[in-house]
Amino acid sequence: MEENKVSLKINGQDYEFRAGLTILEACAEASIDIPTLCYLKDINQEAACSICLVEVKKAKTLLRSCVTAISQGMEIFTNTSRVREARKLNLELLLAGHPKDCLVCERNQSCELRKMAFDLGIRDLRFPKVTKIQMPLDDTSVSLTRDLNKCILCGRCVAVCANLQSVKAIDFTGRGKSSKVTTFFDQGLGNSVCVNCGQCLMVCPTGAIVENDASQSVWKALSDTKKFIVVEVAPAVRAAIGEEFGLPAGSLVTAKLAQSLRKLGFAKVFDTQFSADLTIIEEGHELIKRIKNKGVLPMITSCSPGWIKFAEHFFPEILEHISSCKSPQQMFGSVAKTYYAKKYNLDPRNMVVVSIMPCTAKKFEALRPEAKSAFNYWKKELGLKENEVFNDVDYVLTTREASRMIKEAGINFTALAGEDFDEPLGISTGAAVIFGATGGVMEAALRTAYELLTGRQLEKLDFMQLRGLEGIKSAAIDIDGLILKVAVASSLSNARVLLEEIEQGKSPYAFVEIMTCPGGCLGGAGQPISTDPAVKSKRMEAIYQEDKNKPLRKSHQNPAVQVLYKEFLGQPLGELSRHLLHTQYTPREEIL
Amino acid sequence: MEHKKLNPELVSLVQQWKGKEGNLIMILHEIQNHHGFVPRELSLELSKMLDVPLARIYEVITFYNFFKLTPPGKHRIALCMGTACYLRGAQAILEEVKNILGVKEGQTTKDGLFYLDVVRCLGCCGLAPVIMIDNKVYGKVKKNEIADILSKYIKEE
Repeated sequence: MEENKVSLKINGQDYEFRAGLTILEACAEASIDIPTLCYLKDINQEAACSICLVEVKKAKTLLRSCVTAISQGMEIFTNTSRVREARKLNLELLLAGHPKDCLVCERNQSCELRKMAFDLGIRDLRFPKVTKIQMPLDDTSVSLTRDLNKCILCGRCVAVCANLQSVKAIDFTGRGKSSKVTTFFDQGLGNSVCVNCGQCLMVCPTGAIVENDASQSVWKALSDTKKFIVVEVAPAVRAAIGEEFGLPAGSLVTAKLAQSLRKLGFAKVFDTQFSADLTIIEEGHELIKRIKNKGVLPMITSCSPGWIKFAEHFFPEILEHISSCKSPQQMFGSVAKTYYAKKYNLDPRNMVVVSIMPCTAKKFEALRPEAKSAFNYWKKELGLKENEVFNDVDYVLTTREASRMIKEAGINFTALAGEDFDEPLGISTGAAVIFGATGGVMEAALRTAYELLTGRQLEKLDFMQLRGLEGIKSAAIDIDGLILKVAVASSLSNARVLLEEIEQGKSPYAFVEIMTCPGGCLGGAGQPISTDPAVKSKRMEAIYQEDKNKPLRKSHQNPAVQVLYKEFLGQPLGELSRHLLHTQYTPREEIL
Repeated sequence: MEHKKLNPELVSLVQQWKGKEGNLIMILHEIQNHHGFVPRELSLELSKMLDVPLARIYEVITFYNFFKLTPPGKHRIALCMGTACYLRGAQAILEEVKNILGVKEGQTTKDGLFYLDVVRCLGCCGLAPVIMIDNKVYGKVKKNEIADILSKYIKEE
């Protein structure tokens, strides 16, 4: 026997594993499925659901495989009748307290509880429904709604909030029958430090956490003939929405998506990638200005609204490090309702801007009080009254909500031939596509900053050091002898590592990209829900493929953005840009 | 509600326990001993001082029966439902107390005068059924005596 190796038997077969694995991990390596409703690798290993039971020779009871380490000579059985019956019983007990509204539940197609009940062979509900106290919905958040009646207390949301995001907005409270997951003093997510990232939703095995559905409002706007309704689509959406229509993960469906949105009835189908290119122009100039004028460094990206609220709560003293650039979603709204409205002689009051985002925090971002630049722009010119106030972006749909609308409209998504986005706000470069992956904003900014600083063409566009799913990446980029040290973090616990360095004045970097969700926007909480860990890397491949396919791959080459500056904005960081494309941040108390 | 602040003793207690395992429960104990419950504002202060998330503090307070989130009332009524008292009619006594005060067990009356606690055995089973108000024991109580007993405390006000 080699050192650090353990030999054991599973279901009568011999295996050898690294020491230190749990039975669940060993079985996964041996391709033996063990059902679980609470386990999340490296994040939640609390043995809460009691479904992952296995039989071990000489053990008195069945053991939870997620918290039992393997040992030399162990004989494990995963498929005895004792094991099957015990798993089934534990699941039946969970189901006894769970509502039976699966037909109309939002998680109908992605519920792990429902699927497991079927997979474990439960065909009747033999226990009477446990009469639990009906708990009111937590609808205090503008992004998420929690229905605790559907909660099975698996603890995944608590663990993700604490361990992945280091936010810790929720925890278990009470005990026994009255235990539930809630915020401080039951004040609700909307009154807590919750950053609206929705990663809790992505790991919830039931329908206890869902996004606030905006589709009814969008349907209503679509049928209002007085409204001019345009849509913008975020980069990461096109690399994932195909999954909702049964296509394999990583399918690029950009053209089908544009066509299906046109069929839904949007007057113009535009692209958030247009404003992503615009973001790079503004942010690139801001970075260069900070470097040249010895301004506050490192500068940190500002596209991810979960991260912005996180900074306002937990790092209020470093807010001036964050780029003053609005996110692409918000830049799009301001430009659509000013430049585009003017160019095509539209009344901005009758324009409706809908965004489709891989994100739940974008719903919060669109409602931030400062997100009304277009209204302020027109106020004088049109003599608008305060009660006519409108937001730059009216409605935010997640990838999932958009896919449901396409289905409801009877559009055969997979059969569509595909169409282009509309001009001019649908034109984009490859640099904008990669906003959807962690490291992408950094790479896009470097492609432009390099050429702005040197005046020479960048030969090698692919910054491979900044790609991939690792939580923290860094690189030193040589720009004609100027060594630019940069770092990229995705997920807020990783971001926290870089932020603490900045807070202590020890950060070696000039430019930092932070994305709230693991993997960047492609792993956002508005995306299709999947239990397959390979989904993210497939979406990422699709995004870099789309970048490669684009004839133009640097934001400053975007012809429509160039025209926008010529016809309307003037200069990057100019007077009009400052009003329409830049913003500021406010420190927030932990409790409202 | 008056704004409660951590007094200097508690501040030094927090300093002393900071960073030590199990410190949250120790400190919450002290706060409750001092105030009779854990005021919300003190949880907010503690969260900052100890760098413990608010949701975590709320978890601990709600997990242990001992901790209270609301002021306990001026007089604590401990009504015994231990075996002896139960057999001698404590249930009817409890109903009578609830009726008169309009509270359930574990609650404080609206005027803040009484807190009703149901306990198991006060150690004087010979006197069953027993109620204890603050430190005074009332033994062999009858249902029709409850109003009189309570009215003494109301008159004091």
